[in-house]
Amino acid sequence: MSDIKIKNCEQSKSFSTPEKKSKLLIPYAVLCELTHRCPLACPYCSNPVELELKSNEIDTDTWKKALSEAIKIGILQAHFSGGEPTARKDLEELIQHASSNGLYTNLITSGVLVTEERLKKLYDAGLDHVQISIQDTDPENSEKIAGFKGHQKKINTCALVRKTGIPLTINSVMHRQNLHNLKSMIELAIELDAERLEVAQVQYYGWALKNQTAFLPTREQLDEATKIVEEARVKYKGILAIDYVVPDYYAKKPKSCMGGWGRQFLNITPAGKVLPCHAAESLDFLNFDNIKDKPLSWIWEHSESFNRFRGTDWMPEPCRSCDRKEIDWGGCRCQAFALTGNADATDPTCEFSPYRNVLEEPLSKAGSKTPDFIYRKFAKQVSIK
Amino acid sequence: MTKLLNLNENDIPKLPRHAKLRYDEARKKWIINAPERVFELDEIAAEVMQLVDGKSSIIGIVEILIKKFEGAPKDVVKKDVLSMLQPLAEKGFIVI
Repeated sequence: MSDIKIKNCEQSKSFSTPEKKSKLLIPYAVLCELTHRCPLACPYCSNPVELELKSNEIDTDTWKKALSEAIKIGILQAHFSGGEPTARKDLEELIQHASSNGLYTNLITSGVLVTEERLKKLYDAGLDHVQISIQDTDPENSEKIAGFKGHQKKINTCALVRKTGIPLTINSVMHRQNLHNLKSMIELAIELDAERLEVAQVQYYGWALKNQTAFLPTREQLDEATKIVEEARVKYKGILAIDYVVPDYYAKKPKSCMGGWGRQFLNITPAGKVLPCHAAESLDFLNFDNIKDKPLSWIWEHSESFNRFRGTDWMPEPCRSCDRKEIDWGGCRCQAFALTGNADATDPTCEFSPYRNVLEEPLSKAGSKTPDFIYRKFAKQVSIK
Repeated sequence: MTKLLNLNENDIPKLPRHAKLRYDEARKKWIINAPERVFELDEIAAEVMQLVDGKSSIIGIVEILIKKFEGAPKDVVKKDVLSMLQPLAEKGFIVI
Protein backbone atom coordinates (compact mmCIF):
# COMPACT_ATOMS: atom_id res chain seq x y z
CA MET A 1 0.00 0.00 0.00
CA SER A 2 0.99 3.53 -0.27
CA ASP A 3 1.57 4.53 3.33
CA ILE A 4 4.97 4.75 4.85
CA LYS A 5 5.26 3.10 8.20
CA ILE A 6 7.21 0.48 9.99
CA LYS A 7 5.39 -2.81 9.67
CA ASN A 8 7.20 -4.04 12.68
CA CYS A 9 5.80 -6.92 14.64
CA GLU A 10 6.23 -5.51 18.07
CA GLN A 11 6.82 -8.02 20.78
CA SER A 12 4.82 -7.32 23.85
CA LYS A 13 7.07 -7.51 26.87
CA SER A 14 4.23 -7.86 29.33
CA PHE A 15 4.30 -11.63 29.50
CA SER A 16 7.57 -12.45 27.83
CA THR A 17 10.83 -13.62 29.22
CA PRO A 18 13.97 -11.68 28.26
CA GLU A 19 15.39 -12.96 25.01
CA LYS A 20 18.97 -13.97 24.48
CA LYS A 21 20.49 -11.26 22.37
CA SER A 22 23.45 -13.06 20.90
CA LYS A 23 21.87 -15.92 19.02
CA LEU A 24 20.01 -15.74 15.74
CA LEU A 25 16.41 -14.84 16.42
CA ILE A 26 13.28 -16.28 14.90
CA PRO A 27 11.51 -13.64 12.81
CA TYR A 28 7.95 -12.67 13.75
CA ALA A 29 6.52 -11.26 10.56
CA VAL A 30 6.84 -11.17 6.82
CA LEU A 31 5.58 -8.28 4.73
CA CYS A 32 4.48 -9.58 1.34
CA GLU A 33 4.49 -6.74 -1.17
CA LEU A 34 2.42 -8.51 -3.78
CA THR A 35 2.59 -5.79 -6.41
CA HIS A 36 3.67 -2.21 -6.90
CA ARG A 37 0.59 -1.50 -9.00
CA CYS A 38 -1.72 0.96 -7.24
CA PRO A 39 -4.38 3.43 -8.38
CA LEU A 40 -3.18 5.90 -5.75
CA ALA A 41 -0.11 8.08 -6.14
CA CYS A 42 0.68 9.12 -2.54
CA PRO A 43 3.82 11.26 -2.48
CA TYR A 44 5.02 9.51 0.71
CA CYS A 45 4.66 5.97 -0.62
CA SER A 46 6.94 3.47 1.11
CA ASN A 47 7.64 1.66 -2.15
CA PRO A 48 11.04 2.22 -3.73
CA VAL A 49 11.44 5.03 -6.23
CA GLU A 50 12.10 2.42 -8.92
CA LEU A 51 8.83 0.50 -9.02
CA GLU A 52 8.58 -3.12 -10.15
CA LEU A 53 6.51 -3.80 -13.30
CA LYS A 54 3.75 -6.42 -13.43
CA SER A 55 5.85 -8.50 -15.80
CA ASN A 56 8.46 -8.92 -13.04
CA GLU A 57 5.98 -10.02 -10.36
CA ILE A 58 6.45 -13.52 -8.94
CA ASP A 59 3.60 -15.96 -9.57
CA THR A 60 1.09 -17.58 -7.20
CA ASP A 61 3.11 -20.77 -6.68
CA THR A 62 6.26 -18.83 -5.80
CA TRP A 63 4.32 -16.81 -3.21
CA LYS A 64 2.84 -20.00 -1.78
CA LYS A 65 6.30 -21.53 -1.52
CA ALA A 66 7.56 -18.38 0.23
CA LEU A 67 4.66 -18.49 2.71
CA SER A 68 5.21 -22.18 3.45
CA GLU A 69 8.88 -21.50 4.12
CA ALA A 70 7.99 -18.54 6.33
CA ILE A 71 5.85 -20.84 8.50
CA LYS A 72 8.68 -23.37 8.67
CA ILE A 73 11.18 -20.85 10.05
CA GLY A 74 8.75 -19.73 12.77
CA ILE A 75 7.16 -16.62 11.27
CA LEU A 76 3.82 -15.93 12.94
CA GLN A 77 2.27 -13.17 10.85
CA ALA A 78 1.96 -12.36 7.16
CA HIS A 79 1.08 -8.83 6.07
CA PHE A 80 -0.22 -8.58 2.51
CA SER A 81 0.58 -5.21 1.09
CA GLY A 82 1.71 -3.53 -2.09
CA GLY A 83 1.20 -1.24 -4.05
CA GLU A 84 -2.42 -2.25 -3.84
CA PRO A 85 -2.55 -5.96 -2.93
CA THR A 86 -6.16 -6.38 -4.09
CA ALA A 87 -4.91 -5.71 -7.63
CA ARG A 88 -3.61 -9.30 -7.48
CA LYS A 89 -6.34 -11.76 -8.50
CA ASP A 90 -4.74 -14.55 -6.46
CA LEU A 91 -5.01 -12.68 -3.14
CA GLU A 92 -7.74 -15.00 -1.79
CA GLU A 93 -5.68 -18.05 -2.70
CA LEU A 94 -2.60 -16.67 -0.93
CA ILE A 95 -4.58 -15.70 2.20
CA GLN A 96 -6.18 -19.14 2.26
CA HIS A 97 -2.76 -20.78 1.95
CA ALA A 98 -1.23 -18.65 4.71
CA SER A 99 -4.20 -18.87 7.08
CA SER A 100 -4.81 -22.60 6.74
CA ASN A 101 -1.15 -23.17 7.63
CA GLY A 102 -1.42 -21.13 10.84
CA LEU A 103 -0.14 -17.70 9.80
CA TYR A 104 -1.97 -14.65 11.14
CA THR A 105 -3.05 -12.72 8.05
CA ASN A 106 -3.34 -8.98 7.67
CA LEU A 107 -4.40 -7.08 4.55
CA ILE A 108 -2.98 -3.59 4.13
CA THR A 109 -5.03 -1.83 1.49
CA SER A 110 -6.18 1.53 0.19
CA GLY A 111 -9.68 0.04 0.02
CA VAL A 112 -10.56 1.59 -3.35
CA LEU A 113 -10.69 -1.62 -5.42
CA VAL A 114 -12.55 -4.05 -3.13
CA THR A 115 -16.22 -5.01 -3.27
CA GLU A 116 -18.38 -6.53 -0.54
CA GLU A 117 -18.33 -9.82 -2.41
CA ARG A 118 -14.53 -9.88 -2.47
CA LEU A 119 -14.33 -9.03 1.24
CA LYS A 120 -16.60 -11.99 1.98
CA LYS A 121 -14.32 -14.24 -0.05
CA LEU A 122 -11.29 -12.93 1.84
CA TYR A 123 -13.09 -13.48 5.15
CA ASP A 124 -13.93 -17.05 4.16
CA ALA A 125 -10.30 -17.55 3.16
CA GLY A 126 -9.41 -16.81 6.78
CA LEU A 127 -8.34 -13.17 6.68
CA ASP A 128 -7.75 -12.05 10.28
CA HIS A 129 -7.46 -8.28 9.99
CA VAL A 130 -7.67 -5.35 7.56
CA GLN A 131 -5.83 -2.02 7.57
CA ILE A 132 -7.15 0.79 5.41
CA SER A 133 -5.29 4.00 4.73
CA ILE A 134 -7.12 7.32 5.00
CA GLN A 135 -5.17 10.33 3.79
CA ASP A 136 -7.23 13.01 5.54
CA THR A 137 -10.75 13.54 6.92
CA ASP A 138 -11.28 16.44 4.51
CA PRO A 139 -12.31 14.65 1.28
CA GLU A 140 -10.79 17.24 -1.02
CA ASN A 141 -7.42 17.24 0.73
CA SER A 142 -7.54 13.44 1.10
CA GLU A 143 -7.89 13.07 -2.66
CA LYS A 144 -5.24 15.66 -3.35
CA ILE A 145 -2.74 13.77 -1.18
CA ALA A 146 -3.66 10.39 -2.69
CA GLY A 147 -3.65 11.77 -6.22
CA PHE A 148 -6.88 9.80 -6.72
CA LYS A 149 -10.61 10.41 -6.28
CA GLY A 150 -11.52 7.64 -3.85
CA HIS A 151 -12.13 9.11 -0.41
CA GLN A 152 -15.78 8.12 -0.11
CA LYS A 153 -15.04 4.66 -1.47
CA LYS A 154 -12.46 4.21 1.32
CA ILE A 155 -15.02 5.18 3.95
CA ASN A 156 -17.53 2.76 2.42
CA THR A 157 -14.97 -0.04 2.40
CA CYS A 158 -14.23 0.53 6.10
CA ALA A 159 -17.92 0.06 6.85
CA LEU A 160 -18.05 -3.08 4.69
CA VAL A 161 -15.03 -4.55 6.50
CA ARG A 162 -16.84 -4.17 9.83
CA LYS A 163 -20.11 -5.45 8.33
CA THR A 164 -18.25 -8.54 7.12
CA GLY A 165 -16.98 -9.05 10.65
CA ILE A 166 -13.28 -8.37 10.09
CA PRO A 167 -11.43 -6.21 12.63
CA LEU A 168 -10.21 -2.89 11.25
CA THR A 169 -7.23 -0.62 11.69
CA ILE A 170 -7.23 2.86 10.15
CA ASN A 171 -3.80 3.97 8.95
CA SER A 172 -3.46 7.70 8.87
CA VAL A 173 -0.18 9.05 7.66
CA MET A 174 0.08 12.51 9.18
CA HIS A 175 2.18 15.51 8.15
CA ARG A 176 2.07 19.27 7.97
CA GLN A 177 -0.77 19.25 5.41
CA ASN A 178 -3.26 17.21 7.48
CA LEU A 179 -2.17 17.40 11.13
CA HIS A 180 -4.80 20.08 11.76
CA ASN A 181 -7.39 17.33 11.22
CA LEU A 182 -5.91 14.82 13.65
CA LYS A 183 -8.78 15.20 16.12
CA SER A 184 -11.36 14.50 13.44
CA MET A 185 -9.30 11.52 12.24
CA ILE A 186 -9.56 10.01 15.71
CA GLU A 187 -13.33 10.71 15.74
CA LEU A 188 -13.63 9.10 12.30
CA ALA A 189 -11.86 5.94 13.51
CA ILE A 190 -14.36 5.72 16.38
CA GLU A 191 -17.28 6.32 14.01
CA LEU A 192 -16.03 3.60 11.66
CA ASP A 193 -15.78 1.16 14.61
CA ALA A 194 -12.05 0.58 14.10
CA GLU A 195 -10.19 -1.28 16.84
CA ARG A 196 -6.95 0.49 16.11
CA LEU A 197 -5.71 3.73 14.65
CA GLU A 198 -2.19 4.22 13.46
CA VAL A 199 -1.12 7.83 13.57
CA ALA A 200 2.11 7.55 11.65
CA GLN A 201 4.05 10.68 10.90
CA VAL A 202 5.76 10.50 7.51
CA GLN A 203 9.21 8.91 7.66
CA TYR A 204 11.60 10.28 5.10
CA TYR A 205 12.83 7.71 2.59
CA GLY A 206 12.34 7.32 -1.14
CA TRP A 207 9.27 9.21 -2.33
CA ALA A 208 8.75 10.95 1.01
CA LEU A 209 12.31 12.26 1.01
CA LYS A 210 11.66 13.81 -2.41
CA ASN A 211 8.65 15.56 -0.85
CA GLN A 212 10.15 16.33 2.52
CA THR A 213 9.43 20.05 2.70
CA ALA A 214 5.82 19.39 1.70
CA PHE A 215 5.42 17.03 4.69
CA LEU A 216 7.74 17.89 7.56
CA PRO A 217 5.70 19.55 10.33
CA THR A 218 6.93 22.28 12.62
CA ARG A 219 7.87 21.49 16.21
CA GLU A 220 4.67 23.25 17.36
CA GLN A 221 2.49 21.13 15.07
CA LEU A 222 4.18 18.00 16.33
CA ASP A 223 3.77 18.91 20.01
CA GLU A 224 0.09 19.70 19.46
CA ALA A 225 -0.39 16.32 17.73
CA THR A 226 1.34 14.47 20.56
CA LYS A 227 -0.95 16.18 23.06
CA ILE A 228 -4.05 15.24 21.05
CA VAL A 229 -2.95 11.60 20.85
CA GLU A 230 -2.20 11.42 24.58
CA GLU A 231 -5.62 12.86 25.46
CA ALA A 232 -7.43 10.55 23.04
CA ARG A 233 -5.61 7.51 24.42
CA VAL A 234 -7.01 8.28 27.87
CA LYS A 235 -10.47 9.14 26.56
CA TYR A 236 -10.77 6.02 24.39
CA LYS A 237 -8.91 3.52 26.53
CA GLY A 238 -10.25 0.05 25.78
CA ILE A 239 -12.24 1.37 22.83
CA LEU A 240 -9.64 2.51 20.34
CA ALA A 241 -5.95 1.65 20.52
CA ILE A 242 -3.80 4.40 19.03
CA ASP A 243 -0.30 3.64 17.78
CA TYR A 244 1.73 6.78 17.35
CA VAL A 245 4.88 7.17 15.27
CA VAL A 246 6.64 10.53 15.58
CA PRO A 247 8.90 12.05 12.93
CA ASP A 248 12.33 11.19 14.24
CA TYR A 249 13.95 14.40 13.00
CA TYR A 250 12.71 16.00 16.21
CA ALA A 251 13.83 13.13 18.44
CA LYS A 252 16.96 12.89 20.55
CA LYS A 253 17.18 9.14 20.27
CA PRO A 254 16.81 7.26 17.01
CA LYS A 255 13.96 4.80 16.46
CA SER A 256 14.71 1.11 16.87
CA CYS A 257 14.11 0.63 13.15
CA MET A 258 12.46 -2.73 12.41
CA GLY A 259 13.35 -3.71 15.98
CA GLY A 260 16.89 -4.16 14.69
CA TRP A 261 18.18 -5.24 11.28
CA GLY A 262 17.50 -8.94 10.62
CA ARG A 263 16.05 -9.56 14.06
CA GLN A 264 12.26 -9.73 13.76
CA PHE A 265 11.12 -9.03 10.27
CA LEU A 266 11.56 -9.64 6.59
CA ASN A 267 10.04 -8.21 3.46
CA ILE A 268 9.45 -9.86 0.09
CA THR A 269 9.17 -7.54 -2.91
CA PRO A 270 6.82 -8.09 -5.88
CA ALA A 271 9.80 -9.52 -7.80
CA GLY A 272 10.67 -11.95 -4.97
CA LYS A 273 13.64 -10.16 -3.48
CA VAL A 274 13.94 -10.72 0.27
CA LEU A 275 14.80 -7.57 2.23
CA PRO A 276 15.43 -6.80 5.92
CA CYS A 277 13.01 -3.84 5.58
CA HIS A 278 10.85 -2.34 2.87
CA ALA A 279 13.26 0.54 2.21
CA ALA A 280 16.42 -1.58 2.14
CA GLU A 281 16.77 -1.44 -1.64
CA SER A 282 17.85 2.17 -1.20
CA LEU A 283 21.12 0.69 0.09
CA ASP A 284 22.22 0.19 -3.49
CA PHE A 285 25.54 -1.48 -2.61
CA LEU A 286 23.80 -4.52 -1.07
CA ASN A 287 22.86 -7.67 -2.97
CA PHE A 288 19.45 -9.06 -2.12
CA ASP A 289 18.72 -12.74 -2.62
CA ASN A 290 15.55 -13.86 -4.37
CA ILE A 291 12.99 -16.36 -3.08
CA LYS A 292 13.05 -17.90 -6.58
CA ASP A 293 16.70 -18.92 -6.09
CA LYS A 294 17.23 -19.60 -2.39
CA PRO A 295 15.19 -20.95 0.54
CA LEU A 296 13.92 -18.32 2.97
CA SER A 297 15.72 -19.98 5.90
CA TRP A 298 19.06 -19.70 4.07
CA ILE A 299 18.42 -16.04 3.24
CA TRP A 300 17.49 -15.24 6.85
CA GLU A 301 20.55 -16.98 8.28
CA HIS A 302 23.27 -16.63 5.71
CA SER A 303 22.60 -13.86 3.19
CA GLU A 304 25.02 -10.97 2.93
CA SER A 305 22.20 -8.44 3.17
CA PHE A 306 20.71 -9.78 6.42
CA ASN A 307 24.10 -10.19 8.09
CA ARG A 308 25.54 -6.84 7.03
CA PHE A 309 23.93 -4.85 9.87
CA ARG A 310 22.73 -7.64 12.12
CA GLY A 311 23.63 -7.35 15.82
CA THR A 312 26.18 -4.80 16.98
CA ASP A 313 29.53 -5.90 15.45
CA TRP A 314 29.17 -3.56 12.46
CA MET A 315 28.71 -0.47 14.63
CA PRO A 316 31.12 2.44 14.64
CA GLU A 317 31.51 4.82 17.56
CA PRO A 318 29.57 6.40 19.21
CA CYS A 319 27.15 3.43 18.83
CA ARG A 320 29.70 0.76 19.73
CA SER A 321 30.19 1.93 23.31
CA CYS A 322 26.64 3.25 23.78
CA ASP A 323 24.50 1.64 26.48
CA ARG A 324 21.48 1.91 24.15
CA LYS A 325 23.06 -0.10 21.33
CA GLU A 326 20.82 -3.10 22.01
CA ILE A 327 17.78 -0.85 22.46
CA ASP A 328 17.79 1.15 19.23
CA TRP A 329 20.31 -0.98 17.28
CA GLY A 330 21.97 2.10 15.82
CA GLY A 331 18.71 3.51 14.43
CA CYS A 332 17.90 3.29 10.75
CA ARG A 333 20.50 2.23 8.17
CA CYS A 334 18.53 3.57 5.21
CA GLN A 335 18.21 6.96 6.89
CA ALA A 336 21.92 7.05 7.76
CA PHE A 337 22.80 6.25 4.15
CA ALA A 338 20.31 8.70 2.63
CA LEU A 339 21.43 11.59 4.82
CA THR A 340 25.18 10.97 5.18
CA GLY A 341 26.15 8.72 2.26
CA ASN A 342 27.57 6.28 4.81
CA ALA A 343 25.32 3.34 5.72
CA ASP A 344 27.50 2.48 8.76
CA ALA A 345 27.08 5.93 10.28
CA THR A 346 25.13 6.52 13.49
CA ASP A 347 21.59 7.53 12.54
CA PRO A 348 21.70 11.37 12.33
CA THR A 349 18.51 11.53 14.40
CA CYS A 350 20.62 10.44 17.41
CA GLU A 351 21.80 13.37 19.53
CA PHE A 352 25.27 11.77 19.68
CA SER A 353 25.61 11.45 15.89
CA PRO A 354 28.52 13.43 14.43
CA TYR A 355 26.19 14.06 11.44
CA ARG A 356 23.37 15.61 13.50
CA ASN A 357 23.76 18.91 11.60
CA VAL A 358 22.41 17.36 8.36
CA LEU A 359 18.94 17.72 9.89
CA GLU A 360 19.29 21.48 10.24
CA GLU A 361 18.52 22.33 6.63
CA PRO A 362 15.32 20.25 6.31
CA LEU A 363 14.13 21.40 9.74
CA SER A 364 14.73 25.04 8.84
CA LYS A 365 12.27 24.64 5.94
CA ALA A 366 9.54 23.05 8.09
CA GLY A 367 7.48 26.22 8.37
CA SER A 368 8.24 27.62 4.92
CA LYS A 369 6.09 27.76 1.77
CA THR A 370 4.59 24.37 0.88
CA PRO A 371 5.91 23.05 -2.43
CA ASP A 372 3.83 20.99 -4.89
CA PHE A 373 3.88 17.20 -4.52
CA ILE A 374 6.04 14.92 -6.59
CA TYR A 375 3.57 12.03 -6.92
CA ARG A 376 4.57 8.39 -6.86
CA LYS A 377 4.54 7.01 -10.38
CA PHE A 378 6.05 4.36 -12.59
CA ALA A 379 8.77 5.48 -14.95
CA LYS A 380 6.31 4.55 -17.71
CA GLN A 381 2.49 4.65 -17.59
CA VAL A 382 1.12 1.22 -16.67
CA SER A 383 -2.30 -0.32 -16.16
CA ILE A 384 -3.26 -1.33 -12.63
CA LYS A 385 -5.46 -4.23 -13.69
CA MET B 1 -19.03 1.07 19.68
CA THR B 2 -17.10 -1.12 22.06
CA LYS B 3 -17.15 -0.32 25.77
CA LEU B 4 -14.26 -0.30 28.22
CA LEU B 5 -14.24 -3.62 29.98
CA ASN B 6 -13.61 -4.01 33.71
CA LEU B 7 -13.41 -7.74 34.33
CA ASN B 8 -14.92 -9.36 37.40
CA GLU B 9 -14.88 -12.96 38.57
CA ASN B 10 -18.23 -13.87 37.06
CA ASP B 11 -17.35 -12.71 33.55
CA ILE B 12 -16.81 -15.33 30.87
CA PRO B 13 -13.75 -14.17 28.96
CA LYS B 14 -12.90 -15.07 25.37
CA LEU B 15 -10.55 -13.95 22.66
CA PRO B 16 -12.00 -11.72 19.93
CA ARG B 17 -11.69 -12.97 16.35
CA HIS B 18 -8.59 -10.87 15.69
CA ALA B 19 -6.62 -12.35 18.59
CA LYS B 20 -5.54 -15.95 18.17
CA LEU B 21 -3.94 -18.21 20.73
CA ARG B 22 -1.69 -20.99 19.56
CA TYR B 23 1.36 -23.02 20.50
CA ASP B 24 4.41 -22.01 18.52
CA GLU B 25 6.67 -24.96 17.82
CA ALA B 26 9.59 -22.79 16.73
CA ARG B 27 9.74 -20.86 20.02
CA LYS B 28 8.34 -23.62 22.23
CA LYS B 29 5.90 -21.11 23.69
CA TRP B 30 2.23 -20.26 23.66
CA ILE B 31 1.57 -17.01 21.84
CA ILE B 32 -1.32 -14.70 21.01
CA ASN B 33 -1.31 -13.24 17.52
CA ALA B 34 -2.94 -9.82 17.24
CA PRO B 35 -2.75 -6.96 14.70
CA GLU B 36 0.96 -6.09 14.39
CA ARG B 37 1.57 -7.59 17.82
CA VAL B 38 2.62 -10.89 19.25
CA PHE B 39 2.19 -11.69 22.93
CA GLU B 40 4.60 -14.36 24.06
CA LEU B 41 3.10 -16.01 27.11
CA ASP B 42 5.05 -17.22 30.08
CA GLU B 43 4.03 -20.56 31.66
CA ILE B 44 1.40 -19.14 34.00
CA ALA B 45 -0.18 -16.89 31.37
CA ALA B 46 -0.23 -19.87 29.00
CA GLU B 47 -2.04 -22.01 31.63
CA VAL B 48 -4.65 -19.28 32.09
CA MET B 49 -5.14 -18.53 28.40
CA GLN B 50 -5.68 -22.18 27.51
CA LEU B 51 -8.67 -22.12 29.85
CA VAL B 52 -10.12 -19.00 28.21
CA ASP B 53 -12.64 -20.74 25.97
CA GLY B 54 -15.73 -18.54 26.02
CA LYS B 55 -17.44 -21.09 28.33
CA SER B 56 -15.65 -20.89 31.69
CA SER B 57 -16.05 -17.88 33.94
CA ILE B 58 -13.01 -16.30 35.56
CA ILE B 59 -13.87 -17.89 38.89
CA GLY B 60 -14.31 -21.21 37.05
CA ILE B 61 -10.83 -20.82 35.58
CA VAL B 62 -9.49 -20.10 39.08
CA GLU B 63 -11.13 -23.29 40.42
CA ILE B 64 -9.50 -25.37 37.68
CA LEU B 65 -6.12 -23.80 38.37
CA ILE B 66 -6.19 -24.41 42.13
CA LYS B 67 -7.10 -28.04 41.51
CA LYS B 68 -4.19 -28.34 39.11
CA PHE B 69 -1.69 -26.50 41.30
CA GLU B 70 -2.52 -27.87 44.73
CA GLY B 71 -1.87 -25.60 47.64
CA ALA B 72 -2.24 -22.32 45.76
CA PRO B 73 -4.46 -19.97 47.80
CA LYS B 74 -7.65 -19.12 45.93
CA ASP B 75 -7.48 -15.37 46.62
CA VAL B 76 -3.93 -15.13 45.28
CA VAL B 77 -4.76 -17.13 42.14
CA LYS B 78 -7.89 -15.04 41.51
CA LYS B 79 -5.90 -11.85 41.86
CA ASP B 80 -3.21 -13.16 39.50
CA VAL B 81 -5.72 -14.28 36.86
CA LEU B 82 -7.58 -10.96 36.95
CA SER B 83 -4.39 -8.92 36.82
CA MET B 84 -3.22 -10.96 33.86
CA LEU B 85 -6.46 -10.69 31.88
CA GLN B 86 -7.37 -7.06 32.64
CA PRO B 87 -4.52 -5.47 30.64
CA LEU B 88 -5.42 -7.70 27.68
CA ALA B 89 -9.06 -6.60 28.03
CA GLU B 90 -7.99 -2.96 28.01
CA LYS B 91 -6.15 -3.54 24.76
CA GLY B 92 -9.20 -5.30 23.33
CA PHE B 93 -7.60 -8.77 23.25
CA ILE B 94 -10.01 -10.21 25.83
CA VAL B 95 -13.76 -9.72 25.42
CA ILE B 96 -16.78 -11.14 27.26
